[in-house]
Amino acid sequence: MNAEVRVQETQAEASLIEQFAGLAKDQGGVSAETREKAFAEFKEAGLPHRRVEEWHYTDLRAKMRQAFAPAANAGEAVALPELLDDGATARIAIVDGYYRADLSSGVLPEGVTISPIAEGASLFPAKDAIISLNAAFQQEGVSIEVAEGVEVATAIEISHITTGAEKATYPRNRFVVGNGANVLIVERFLGEAGAVYQTNAATEIRVGDEASATFIKLQDESRKAQHLDSVALKIGAHADVNHFTLNAGSDLSRTQLFVEFEGEESNLGARGISVLGDTQHSDVTLFVDHAVPNCESRELYKSVIADKARSVFQGKIIVRPDAQKTDGQMMVQSLLLSEEAEMNAKPELEIFADDVQCAHGSTTGEIDEDLLFYLRARGIPEAEARKMLVLAFLAEAIEEIENERVVALLETQLRALLGSEE
Amino acid sequence: MLEIKNLHAHVEGNEILRGIDLTVKPGEVHAIMGPNGSGKSTLSYVLAGKEDYEITEGSISYNGEDMLELGADERAAAGMFLAFQYPIEIPGVATMTFLKTALNAQRRSRGLEDLPTPEFMKLVKEKSKDLNVSPEMLRRPLNVGFSGGEKKRAEILQMALLEPTLCVLDETDSGLDIDALRIVSEGVNKLRDPSRGMIVITHYQRLLDHIVPDFVHVLSKGKIVKSGGKELALELEANGYADYVGEEAA
Repeated sequence: MNAEVRVQETQAEASLIEQFAGLAKDQGGVSAETREKAFAEFKEAGLPHRRVEEWHYTDLRAKMRQAFAPAANAGEAVALPELLDDGATARIAIVDGYYRADLSSGVLPEGVTISPIAEGASLFPAKDAIISLNAAFQQEGVSIEVAEGVEVATAIEISHITTGAEKATYPRNRFVVGNGANVLIVERFLGEAGAVYQTNAATEIRVGDEASATFIKLQDESRKAQHLDSVALKIGAHADVNHFTLNAGSDLSRTQLFVEFEGEESNLGARGISVLGDTQHSDVTLFVDHAVPNCESRELYKSVIADKARSVFQGKIIVRPDAQKTDGQMMVQSLLLSEEAEMNAKPELEIFADDVQCAHGSTTGEIDEDLLFYLRARGIPEAEARKMLVLAFLAEAIEEIENERVVALLETQLRALLGSEE
Repeated sequence: MLEIKNLHAHVEGNEILRGIDLTVKPGEVHAIMGPNGSGKSTLSYVLAGKEDYEITEGSISYNGEDMLELGADERAAAGMFLAFQYPIEIPGVATMTFLKTALNAQRRSRGLEDLPTPEFMKLVKEKSKDLNVSPEMLRRPLNVGFSGGEKKRAEILQMALLEPTLCVLDETDSGLDIDALRIVSEGVNKLRDPSRGMIVITHYQRLLDHIVPDFVHVLSKGKIVKSGGKELALELEANGYADYVGEEAA
């Protein structure tokens, strides 16, 4: 039979349908109509599974056994993390998907405004069940705008915190970086240790012409959480953009980043690190659209995988027919620390222009015994020597970011994560 | 004191060391010479604790401790140091971080406190000056982009910082020009001390013009086939290894 077989709804899908029916749809600055439309799209597709190409290595349908109800409001008891760089950082607190002005910095840096997110055309290029789900359930997100020409000396840290357990959050935010502006935005995702919950975040970012922007995402959710995050990033002309993802927490995580160059002569550095153990599963899926000529992109993703953990990287660079003189270099590297650790790497190039410079590569290996011996021969105990080599392997992804403050911040995070002294 | 007795070592089923006997007392400098493939580098790796070798017979004791029971880091903590023939490049590990980690790890294993950073910096500055190791080299990742000579100088700098009681130098002269050879040799000679033993492994006699040994041993096919004073090195230089290799083959 050729008739399409409609697979039966899973328990999670049935819960989502029920939850949507009971949802107060006139909240968060989004019309009920938009939500209904998004949910219909989700319902049509269902939870993505391994026969959906983009989700081949992360069978969400199998992994998401249940869907927790969306948090109806922001939790009261919030343990705010220390600011990463409390010398000069403004905090924006988003608790259980809701903006909490009272926990955020009262004074924002000059030229930066924050407002409740309003309805707007989606910047996401393709339909994706998870993004639709976020749109259907989205909570009270914020829009952060940096005015034209403003150099924001203060970093902006968005702390996404899930309080308690057995709930789902659907934060949706928008960042707009004006022409010629300069900003550093750090997003952290945190929850209570050991708590079971689900995060499905979506962020739409527009970087203006001649702007310079760095976005850092630090995913350190509870080790039992499921974390889904979709980011759309549109880049204007003569802009300089860095995006960095650090995956450390959650049992299951998926970060999908959709980048499009809209103006010429721009640069993108998209990099990330995943440090995984136990049975963690972390997926980074990247789509870089060189839609216009003369842009440069550098993609570098590194994973360190221990125990029975699994890391997935899918990256696709598309060079459109007009996008001559594109320079794109994508590299994915992983270090396996156990025999049961697994890496799935799928870097791809689709090139439709003829005068371009593009390459991709992938390496998977173990700790080099010769390097280990050299360190040990100098008296460094094996465990510490291994940490040094793991750190050294990962450091490259950080050091390529040409921003000393960001490098220092990330190196501190990484050392803490690995329990390394230096 | 180092005592090697009837040491046999295999790698991937091949016997490389076939019964080495060697005793090195504090203050003595022993040169080990031999043709390529005689087992010189294997001996240095086995001493340092590289795990690729299987020790099938014999023993290595150092100051009464059974070295074969110890891992490479524990042997270093016990005072052994191997200057590598090919020092390894480790991108991502800053040279200074490496030096500090190694020094403090050894101090800790001896029950000492970590050296405070200012004192450490002062120490490195002082020792690196003698070896012509520039501050710029120290800012680079470990051995990355170093020339052959720079790598060897960096090895001797590590040796000077860690102050081992037994130094094993594996073909430290290879890849060095005359000037670099002089700097490295001076660095080594400065470390000669009544309390410190040294094993200098080399293919050529010229290193021994600079680092004058007390004893010279000829290694051939995994065994010491002749031992003598420093004059043995000159004899080898004049006549080559053929006599010894032939003898073994006969």
